[in-house]
Amino acid sequence: MEKREFNVIAETGIHARPATLLVQAASKFNSDINLEYKGKSVNLKSIMGVMSLGVGQGADVTISAEGADEAEAIAAIEDTMKKEGLSD
Amino acid sequence: MTKQLKGIAASDGIATAKAYMLVQPDLSFSQSTIEDPEKEIDRLHQALDQSNNELKIIRAKAAESLGEEEAQVFDAHMMILSDPEFTGAVESNIKDDSVNAEAALKSVSDMFIATFEAMTDNPYMQERAADIRDVSTRVLAHLLGRALPNPALIDSEVIVVAHDLTPSDTAQLNKKYVKAFVTDIGGRTAHSAIMARSLEIPAVVGTQDITASVVADQMLTVDGLTGDVTIDPTPEQVEASAKEAKAYADQKAEWALLKSAKSVTADGKHFDVAANIGTPKDLDGVLANGAEAIGLYRTEFLYMDSAELPTEDDQFDAYKKVLETMNPKPVVVRTMDIGGDKHLPYLPLPEEQNPFLGYRAIRISLDKQDIFRTQLRALLRASAFGELRIMFPMIATIQEFEAAKAVFLEEKAKLVDAGVKVSDTIQLGMMIEIPAAAVLADQFAKHVDFFSIGTNDLIQYTMAADRGNEHVSYLYQPYNPSILRLIKNVIDAAHKEGKWAGMCGEAAGDPIMVPILLGMGLDEYSMSATSVLKIRSLMKRLSTEDMAKLADKALNESISNDDNKKLVEEATK
Repeated sequence: MEKREFNVIAETGIHARPATLLVQAASKFNSDINLEYKGKSVNLKSIMGVMSLGVGQGADVTISAEGADEAEAIAAIEDTMKKEGLSD
Repeated sequence: MTKQLKGIAASDGIATAKAYMLVQPDLSFSQSTIEDPEKEIDRLHQALDQSNNELKIIRAKAAESLGEEEAQVFDAHMMILSDPEFTGAVESNIKDDSVNAEAALKSVSDMFIATFEAMTDNPYMQERAADIRDVSTRVLAHLLGRALPNPALIDSEVIVVAHDLTPSDTAQLNKKYVKAFVTDIGGRTAHSAIMARSLEIPAVVGTQDITASVVADQMLTVDGLTGDVTIDPTPEQVEASAKEAKAYADQKAEWALLKSAKSVTADGKHFDVAANIGTPKDLDGVLANGAEAIGLYRTEFLYMDSAELPTEDDQFDAYKKVLETMNPKPVVVRTMDIGGDKHLPYLPLPEEQNPFLGYRAIRISLDKQDIFRTQLRALLRASAFGELRIMFPMIATIQEFEAAKAVFLEEKAKLVDAGVKVSDTIQLGMMIEIPAAAVLADQFAKHVDFFSIGTNDLIQYTMAADRGNEHVSYLYQPYNPSILRLIKNVIDAAHKEGKWAGMCGEAAGDPIMVPILLGMGLDEYSMSATSVLKIRSLMKRLSTEDMAKLADKALNESISNDDNKKLVEEATK
């Protein structure tokens, strides 16, 4: 399993547009991908799941992927996080 | 019967037209037990597909009329439709409970909506509940084979009335026909409110019960500036609101033209109309109002918004952001003005009988030089990114200014030696707040690059009247000839040495004060960003020659604050 921690720096947290792009990025992979925040874990391929966490600015989140393409999946998600200004 | 409702002003403008009820058709259904879950799931997928196709069309339309960024919200909607957690939950609900698709959809979407609405500490997420409701309603309508009311069908001038305007509704509003909209719920940051502002359609949201108070085709007047909604307005009210709407439209058109224009008087003389800021966040307002400079950056917020002394790097980041954003327009940064009524929890100051006459601003900076040097280093490093001007607050003597300047030059030399890039054109100036400095301005002018007059303190020190004490508030007299003469002395002293003089107090954005200041030849006027276009528009109507005559009267003939107020009101009517 691949795991990575992120600190969310975007002022509005993970809201509609970045959440959409994160879910799109995750959906490209076969691995099971989860987003964990404050002890709650959701499917990163689910926009409702991601938004229901209400991840705000300054939040520490963990993203984990499990499956054949887990390494590529985490790399792609990290890339999206940075490109969208969600994390450093 | 005329009736008045009050809501939240969400988008500027005033309009009168008949109501168009954008209210959901009856989407009621009853829960039933089904025999064939697969068939029910097929129905669900059909409705999901139809909804998805509709959303594609709406998205394309939104991209066209609102731009790509605004349209992206519908990507999120389409993703809800294809969300495995969402559709999966509806499917298993159908299978596990043998219920019809409508009931399963409702129970799943209600669960998600409740989750988002429960985020009471996060208004943004709370408003996302509307996105889910929007998508679910669309799917439900398709399941029931009913058409949703379609704003795209509107073909006469109307005011749209809705419980909550969904983003897809808003995207379909045709500006040509939709003169305004009013909703029961929502806030200023709801998608519909944001879209209304970008479409420039007046809007009032959160009226609680507009949908219950109005029927189709009833006349409405909507004031998106105040949040007032008038149902069945009288002919007099319609006329009055039409006048206001025209005045607003005229003003907006004039201000839009002025936004990128220079501030020029009727006789073609140029003056700088600048804005005051407290933090880099205020830059949006500065840019939106087309200020020609920042005439006062109050750095004390860096200290007050922090739990400890801000580091050099923290300060550098803030200064750099402001300088870079404004470049090549100049930015006047005032060094720390703490003391008086502004205190820092982590920097205890002695108890004082008269804090405004006590240990504050440059007096602290020169005493606690480590704090001062940190700030100057941050400023010097940031100077490479824009047009920096530094001014020292509360200067009473030339020695104080020279001492502050010496510290500045020492820190500059150190940075240059260390190979740090530093601007060589940083102007050093001072605030004129203390009458002693105003009186001796001719001598000060030989030492400084510029003056910036702080009127609030200058008035309270000149009149010996605490500006916070209501018993003596009548002595706050910006137009008193005594104050005007001090200001005149400062402006003349600056000009005699080829320096410039500005003003960064409230008075610089005061329509009574500005004509007199123009007449006295003040070079720069720094005010809250929201006053910039008003003052630029005022200057356009005034000629410096006439204002010079006006100022001469105000300085030499008038004997009171009120005289001068009347004098200017007469002259600029």
